Amino acid sequence: MTALPRATEKALGLVIDLDTCVGCHACVTACKGWNDQGYGVPLSDQEPYGAHPSGTFLNRVHSYAVQPVDAAAQIVNFPRSCLHCADAPCVTVCPTGASYKRVEDGIVLVNEDACIGCGLCAWACPYGAREMDAAAGVMKKCTLCVDRIYNENLPEEDREPACVRTCPTGARHFGDLGDPESAVSRLVAEREGFALMPDMGTKPVNRYLPPRKKDRMQEASLLAPLLDIQATGFAGWLDRVLGKM
Amino acid sequence: MGQPKVDTSPKVSDEVKKTTCYMCACRCGINVHLTSGKVTYIEGNRDHPVNKGVLCAKGASGIMQVTAPSRLRAPLRRVGPRGSGAFEEISWDEALETAVAWMKPLREEAPEKLAFFTGRDQSQSFTGWWAQQFGTPNYAAHGGFCSVNMAAAGIYTIGGAFWEFGQPDWAHTKLFVLLGVAEDHDSNPIKIGIGKLKERGAKVVGVNPVRTGYNAVADEWFGITPGTDGLLILSLIHCLLAAGKIDLDYLARWTNAPLLVNEAEGPEKGLILKNAESQPFVIDRRTGMPAPWDGAGVQPDLGAVWQGHRTVFQHMAERYLSPDYAPEAVADRVGIDAARIRGLAAELARVAFDEAFELPIAWTDFRGDRHEMMQGRPVSFHAMRGISAHSNGFQTARALHLLQIVLGTVEVPGGYRLKPPYPKPVEAHPTPHFVAAAGKPLSGPHLGYVRGPENLALKADGTPWRIDKAFTWENPFSAHGLMHMVIPNAHAGDPYKVDTLFLYMANMAWNSSMNSARVMEMLTDKDESGEYVIPRIIYSDAYASEMVAYADLILPDTTYLERHDCISLLDRPISEPDAAGDAIRWPVVEADRDVRGFQSVLLDLGARLGLPGMVKDDGSPKFKDYADYIVTHIRRPGVGPLMGFRGDGTAEGRGEANPDQLARYIENGGFYQAHVPDGAQYYKPWNAAYQEWAVATSFYETPQPYLFSIWSEPMRKFQLAAEGQGFLQPPDHLRDRLKLAMDPLPVWYPPFGEAARAEFPVHAITQRPMAMYHSWGSQNAWLRQIHGKNYLYLPTSIWEAQGFGDGDYARVTSPTGQIVVPVAHMAALNPDTVWTWNAIGKRKGAWALDAGAPEAVEGFLLNHLISEVLPGAGRVSNSDPVTGQAAWFDLRVRIEKVGPRERAEPEFDVLPRVVPKGRTRA
Amino acid sequence: MNPAPSVIVFTVLSGMGFGFLALLGVFGATGAAAFFLWGIGYGLAVAGLVASAFHLGNPQRALLAFTQWRTSWLSREAWASVVTLGLFAPQALADWLGFDWGRGFGMAGAVGVALTVFCTSMIYAQIRAVPRWHHWTVPAVFLAYAATGGLVMGGFSPLAVPALCVLGVVMAIHWHYGARAFARAGQTMGTATGLGGIGAVSVFEQPHTGGNYLMREMIYVVGRKHAERVRMIAMVFSVMLPVIALAYVPGLVGVALAVLTHLVGALAQRWLFFAEAEHVVVLYYGQRVA
Ligand SMILES: Nc1nc2c(c(=O)[nH]1)N[C@H]1C(S)=C(S)[C@@H](COP(=O)(O)OP(=O)(O)OC[C@H]3O[C@@H](n4cnc5c(=O)[nH]c(N)nc54)[C@H](O)[C@@H]3O)O[C@H]1N2
Ligand SMILES: Nc1nc2c(c(=O)[nH]1)N[C@H]1C(S)=C(S)[C@@H](COP(=O)(O)OP(=O)(O)OC[C@H]3O[C@@H](n4cnc5c(=O)[nH]c(N)nc54)[C@H](O)[C@@H]3O)O[C@H]1N2
Ligand code: SF4
Ligand code: SF4
Ligand code: SF4
Ligand code: SF4
Ligand code: SF4
Ligand SMILES: [Mo]
Repeated sequence: MTALPRATEKALGLVIDLDTCVGCHACVTACKGWNDQGYGVPLSDQEPYGAHPSGTFLNRVHSYAVQPVDAAAQIVNFPRSCLHCADAPCVTVCPTGASYKRVEDGIVLVNEDACIGCGLCAWACPYGAREMDAAAGVMKKCTLCVDRIYNENLPEEDREPACVRTCPTGARHFGDLGDPESAVSRLVAEREGFALMPDMGTKPVNRYLPPRKKDRMQEASLLAPLLDIQATGFAGWLDRVLGKM
Repeated sequence: MGQPKVDTSPKVSDEVKKTTCYMCACRCGINVHLTSGKVTYIEGNRDHPVNKGVLCAKGASGIMQVTAPSRLRAPLRRVGPRGSGAFEEISWDEALETAVAWMKPLREEAPEKLAFFTGRDQSQSFTGWWAQQFGTPNYAAHGGFCSVNMAAAGIYTIGGAFWEFGQPDWAHTKLFVLLGVAEDHDSNPIKIGIGKLKERGAKVVGVNPVRTGYNAVADEWFGITPGTDGLLILSLIHCLLAAGKIDLDYLARWTNAPLLVNEAEGPEKGLILKNAESQPFVIDRRTGMPAPWDGAGVQPDLGAVWQGHRTVFQHMAERYLSPDYAPEAVADRVGIDAARIRGLAAELARVAFDEAFELPIAWTDFRGDRHEMMQGRPVSFHAMRGISAHSNGFQTARALHLLQIVLGTVEVPGGYRLKPPYPKPVEAHPTPHFVAAAGKPLSGPHLGYVRGPENLALKADGTPWRIDKAFTWENPFSAHGLMHMVIPNAHAGDPYKVDTLFLYMANMAWNSSMNSARVMEMLTDKDESGEYVIPRIIYSDAYASEMVAYADLILPDTTYLERHDCISLLDRPISEPDAAGDAIRWPVVEADRDVRGFQSVLLDLGARLGLPGMVKDDGSPKFKDYADYIVTHIRRPGVGPLMGFRGDGTAEGRGEANPDQLARYIENGGFYQAHVPDGAQYYKPWNAAYQEWAVATSFYETPQPYLFSIWSEPMRKFQLAAEGQGFLQPPDHLRDRLKLAMDPLPVWYPPFGEAARAEFPVHAITQRPMAMYHSWGSQNAWLRQIHGKNYLYLPTSIWEAQGFGDGDYARVTSPTGQIVVPVAHMAALNPDTVWTWNAIGKRKGAWALDAGAPEAVEGFLLNHLISEVLPGAGRVSNSDPVTGQAAWFDLRVRIEKVGPRERAEPEFDVLPRVVPKGRTRA
Repeated sequence: MNPAPSVIVFTVLSGMGFGFLALLGVFGATGAAAFFLWGIGYGLAVAGLVASAFHLGNPQRALLAFTQWRTSWLSREAWASVVTLGLFAPQALADWLGFDWGRGFGMAGAVGVALTVFCTSMIYAQIRAVPRWHHWTVPAVFLAYAATGGLVMGGFSPLAVPALCVLGVVMAIHWHYGARAFARAGQTMGTATGLGGIGAVSVFEQPHTGGNYLMREMIYVVGRKHAERVRMIAMVFSVMLPVIALAYVPGLVGVALAVLTHLVGALAQRWLFFAEAEHVVVLYYGQRVA
C-alpha cells in the first residue's frame, strides 16, 4: 500500500492558529490520553518515574523566540504533529506497506500489524511527526483521531480529534482542506495560512495561521490634555471636566 | 493489496461518570471513562459551565495522578527522628485515637495550642467551621501566601476580586489588559476567553516582565519592571484625568467619588463626612444642597465643596494630576517608554469611550431610578500574582480597580464582571473572630474584613491572638491569614508556642515556604529539654511529598476520583457572571489502599473530640461521612453547602436538606447553576433586580447596594491611628509604614526589597507552568516529561555581559541565600529580571521518583533565596504591610556565571522514602 | 542521525560481501578455495543482512519488507539482495564442483550486486529530509566501497589500487558536497516554523525536557573537531593504508592487512555517514551544529 493515492476524496487535516496558541500543552496530553487507549498499541513511557523519563507522544508543543529587526522579541508557541502530507514521503519509503494514505480522507496511517519498526518512515518525514514506540517496536504517529472522527459511539459533536476538542483557546481547527468552501479552508484563506517547509515537496495538508502583527500601538493625539493644568491649576481643570457632564 | 480496514467506531468505554477535576482550583467538569471498572480516559464535560468541554494538560493527565506510585497507602506514625522518614503503618483507629489524644487536652485547656492550617483546600468553609468548633483562633488556608492582596483590595474597593471571582465580559470586550498573570486559578476560562477575543480579532495587552503564554499571544507587550505596576497604572490614570477621558456619570452614581472627605483637623480628619444620622451624603447638583447618597433622582456633584469639605473626586484628581505621575516621570522606574504609556492610555480611552455601546436592557437601580439602556464600555482587565505577590501589591491592586472605575468598566457590558455571590461589600462580610476560650468554640468565623483598629486580633496587652499574627498592626487586613509565617512563628515562640501543628495539603517543607531549607530545620529543631520546638505535627497528604517526612502522624488522603468533595457557594464556587454555580466530586472509583477522604476523617475526629455540631445529643457522630455532611449540614436556616436541588428537589439556594441531593447533582453532571435573571446581569451592586435575586438565592439576607470605594475609610482609620489619633495605637516602629501603606487613596511605593538594590540589582520571579501544578505535577508520568527540569532565564543584557553560553550554570545570590542553577537565554524579558518555572525542583527521594530524577538533580527552587522576615529587628514578615500577602516577587538577586555544571545547588540528602520508588506506569 | 551499530555493520559488511561476491562472480575461483571464498562472500553479505534485522522493532515480520518493491527502496533492496544471492548460487556451486557452466550466473549476479548496493544506497539517498544523504555521491560512495571492498579482499592489486584511489576521490567529493548540503537544501528554522518572515527564529523552550525517539534517532550531535578526525581515519584507513599494504606488503599478509585497514576505514566512514548527517527535524529543536 505504499503507493500514494493519486487523489483523495477529502483532505482532512488540522489548522493551527499560532496567534492564539498559548502553549499550554493540553493538546499534547489529550492526544496521549486518547491514543494510549485508542488506535493501535498504547503509547508507552520508559523510566516514567526514573532519571531519564522518555515516552511516545504524537503531538509536541515547541516554543520559539522570534526577534524582529527593530521591535521587542516575541515568543511563538508551536504545536507539531503529522501534517498528513499529500506527497507523503513517509509512505513511499515504507517497505512493508504498513504506512499508507487513506483514499477516502487522506489520513496517513500506520497499520501496526504490518510494521517491522525499521524507522525509515520517520527518517523520511521532514517534520519529526513519527515516533517509534520503544516498548512495541512499531511506528506511532498522529492518526487524525481516525477512531474518533467517524465514531458512532461518540456523540456527533465529539467526532473531532481529541486535541481539537480539548484545546482551551480554540487554536486548533479540524476539517477538509480539500474543499475550498470548508470552514478551515476559508480560515486559511482569510488569515493567510501557510504550509511548513513547502520546498520539501511533501505538500502538507495541515496549515498554520501566522501570528498577527504585534507591538504596534501608537501614541494617539486624542489624549491631549484638556488644557495646561500647570497654567490653569486644578480649579481650571475641574471646571473644564465637570463642564462636560 | 487493498487499504487496511480500520475500525473507525471502536467502543470507547463501558461507562462514563461525570465529576470535577482537581489538578488545580479551576474545577473543570470531567467525563471519566471507565472500562472494566478502571479509569481509561478523561475528557472535559461539554455541558460544564467552567470549561465547556475543554481540559488543560493537567486535567487530561488525571489518569497518571490517580495511578501515581507516590500515593500514600495507609496511616503512618513516626518511629524514628523527625525527617528520618522512619514510619510504621498503623490502623485508622490508632491514627485517629492518637490525634484525639493529642488534641483533646489542648481543646480543654488552651485551644490556640492547636494550629490548623490548610493549603489549596477546596473545602475551606468546612475546615474553617471545624476549627471554629474546636475553638482555636489559629486557622487559615493558603490565601495569605497566595493572593490575598487581590482578594482584599478587590473587596475593599469594588466588593469583589480578580482571582476566580470575576471575569471580563468576554462576549463584548474589545480591549483586554492582563497584568501579572501566567495562568491563574481560572485557567481554562481565561484561555477560552482569550480564544474568543482572538477569534473576533479583539486586542489583548500583556503587562508582564516575561513574555510567555498569555503574554506571548498578547498583541501588545509591556515588559514592566517588577513591582512597578502601581506606578504605571497611576500614570495611566494621570493621562486619562488630564485628558478628561473619564466616566463622570459612572463616578457620580456608583462610586464614593461624590462623597465628602472631612477636612477638619482631629480624629475624624479624612473620614467620609456623615450627617446627623451617621449617613454619608452628597451634594445634589439640582439644588446645591446635601442629599442622601442613595436618594432617588439625586444628581451627585463631583465638584462640590461643602463647608470647606471637598469631594473624594477632587482629592483623587488632585493627587493623580500631579506631575509626579506623568509618564515621563515614571518611565525609567517602570521600564516602559513614556510614549508607550501614553499610547496605552489613549487606547484605553479610545476603546472605552469611542467604542462605547449600549445594550437595550432596561433596569432599575437601588435608588429607584429607571434606566432604559445599559451603557457598555468594552475595556476589561485581569490581574493576579504579578501584582499581588509584592509588598505593595494591595495598593497596586487598588490602583488597578481605580483605573477600572474611572473608565467606568466594572459591572458594565464589555467590562469586568463579578460572579455571584459577588459583588458583596465589606459590610456584608464578617469581621475576624479570634477569642479563644478553653473548651469553647470560637464565636464566629476566623477570617473576615477589618473595618478599623477595633477589629484587630490583639489581646489586651497588645500581643497577637493568632500564631500567624494576622489582623495586627503588621498587616491589619490579613483576611486570609499568613500561612507562610506559621512554622517560623511557632518555632520562634513568637507570639507564643503551639503544641500541635495540623496541616492539610500544603507542602510546607518545600515549595510553599519561604526559606525552605531553614524551615526544614525549624521542623526538626529541638529545645534544651530535647523536645521538638514544634512538639507535634499531624499532616494530611495524598502523596509522598517533601512535607510527609516531617510529620509525626500522617493521615493519608484519597485522590480526587475516590472521594466526595463540595465546591460550595459558602467558599470558592464555580460561578459565572450570569449564574451562581456549585459542584461536587464523588467517588467514581474505589480507593484500593487504606486511605480515607480527609474531610470524612476530620468529621470523625470532630465526633471523637465531641465538637459541637459534629455530635448528636447522645454524643454519637452526627455525620456518617463528608457526603452526609454536604447534604445535611445547615449553616444558616435553609442554607447548606450546596444550593441546588434543595428541599423537595426543586428549591434553589434556600430550602431544607434533601437526602437525594447528591444523586441529583450526579445526574446533572456534578454541578448546579442558578441563573441570574434577565435584566440583572450587569450593574449588579446597584441593580435592584439582582439584589432581590441575590437575597432569594441566599447570598445575603437583605439587599446590599453599595458604592465603590475610591476613598477607603477603613484604611484611613489606620492612618489616623498611625498619626496618633484614637485609643488603639500601633507600636512606634510601624507608624511610618502604616501612614504610607494605609493611604485611603491608591498609592505606589517601592517594594520593600528595594533597599537591597545596589548590591542585588536583578529582580527574580517565578511563573506557573501551564502544564504543571506546583509540586505535585512531577509525579505525573506524562507531565514530568514536559517539565522535568527548569532553567533560570536570563535577559539578553545579563546573558551577553557575562558571556553565558548553553549548558552554563549561574550562582544566584540574594541578601539571605545562594543557589547554583542552570541558565538559559530569553530575549523577550525585562532587562532587569530573571525568572524560572515555579516548583519544578524536587527533593531527592520525594514523590516516588528516582533519586537521580532531573527534577531533583538539576531542578531548583527560588524559595531558598527568599527570606520569611524582613531585614532589621522585630521579625517583621516579608509580606504586604496591609494584608500580610507573602511578597514572593520582591526578591532581588545578583547573578554570576560559574560555567558548565551538572547539578544544581543546594543539594539535599535523599529524602527517606515512605512509599517505594516508582518503576513502571500503570 | 544516530549511528546505530547494527546499521553501520549492515551496510559495511553487506557492501563488502556483495562486492567480493561480484568479484568472484566475474572472475571465479576453483575447488576448495572456491568453497572457502564463496563462503566468505556469502557469510559477509548475509551477516550484514542479519545485522540489519537488529535494527528492526519487529523483525519477526521482516518478510513483509518484500511487498513494496514498487515504491520502497528498502523493499527493492530486499528483493535485489535475495535475487542476487540466488543468482550467485549456481555459479558458486559450479566453481566449487568444477562444473563448466560458464560465467553467466556470475555476471548476472555481479549486475545484481550493483543493483543491490545501489538500492541500499538509495534507502539513504532518497531521504530529502537528510540533505547530506540526498545526493548522487551517496550511491557513488556505496558502489565504490562495494567495488573496492571486493577487489581488496580479492587481493587484486592492479585493479584494487586504482579503485581505492577512485574511492578516495569519490569520498572527497561526497564530503565536499556534504558540507554544504544542509545549507543548499535551503531549510532554516524560519522555513521549518514559517516564522522567518517576522524575524530571527531560535528555540525558547524545548517541547519536552524528557527524551524521545526523535532526539535519540535524528538529533545526534557530533562535534566538528570529532568529525574531522574521523574523516581522516576514514580516508587513511579506507584508502591509503590498503594501497600501501597491497603495494608494499607481499602475499596474503598484505591482503589481510589491506582488508582489515579497509574495513576499519569503512566503518569509520559509515559511522560518520550517519553521525554527520543532519535531519531537517533538528531545525524544530534548534540543534544544528553547523
Ligand atoms: N518561589 C515561589 N514559591 C511559591 C509561589 C511562587 O509563586 N513562587 N507560590 C506560592 C503559592 S501562590 C502557593 S498557592 C503555594 C502552593 O504550594 P502548596 O500549597 O504547597 O502546593 P502543592 O505543591 O500543590 O502542595 C500541596 C500538597 O498537597 C498534596 N495533595 C495533592 N492532592 C491532594 C489531595 O487530594 N489530598 C491531600 N490531602 N493532599 C493533596 C500534594 O501532595 C502536596 O504535598 O506555593 C507558594 N510558593
Ligand atoms: N498550571 C498551573 N495553574 C495554576 C497553578 C499551578 O501551579 N500550575 N497554581 C495556582 C495557584 S495556587 C495560583 S496562586 C495561581 C497563580 O496564577 P498567576 O497569578 O498567573 O501566578 P504566577 O504564575 O505566579 O504568575 C505571576 C505572573 O506575574 C508576573 N510578574 C511577576 N512580577 C510581576 C510584576 O511586578 N508585575 C507584573 N505585571 N507581572 C509580574 C510573572 O512573570 C508571571 O507571569 O495559579 C493557579 N493555577
Ligand atoms: S491545546 Fe491549544 S493552546 Fe494549548 S498548546 Fe495545544 S494548540 Fe496551543
Ligand atoms: S508529516 Fe511526516 S509523517 Fe506526516 S504525512 Fe507528512 S511526511 Fe508523513
Ligand atoms: S517503521 Fe513501520 S511504518 Fe515505518 S517504514 Fe518501517 S515498516 Fe513502514
Ligand atoms: S489528531 Fe488525534 S492523534 Fe493527531 S495530534 Fe490530534 S489528538 Fe493526536
Ligand atoms: S484547569 Fe486543568 S487542572 Fe485545573 S481543573 Fe481544569 S482541567 Fe483540571
Ligand atoms: Mo496560590
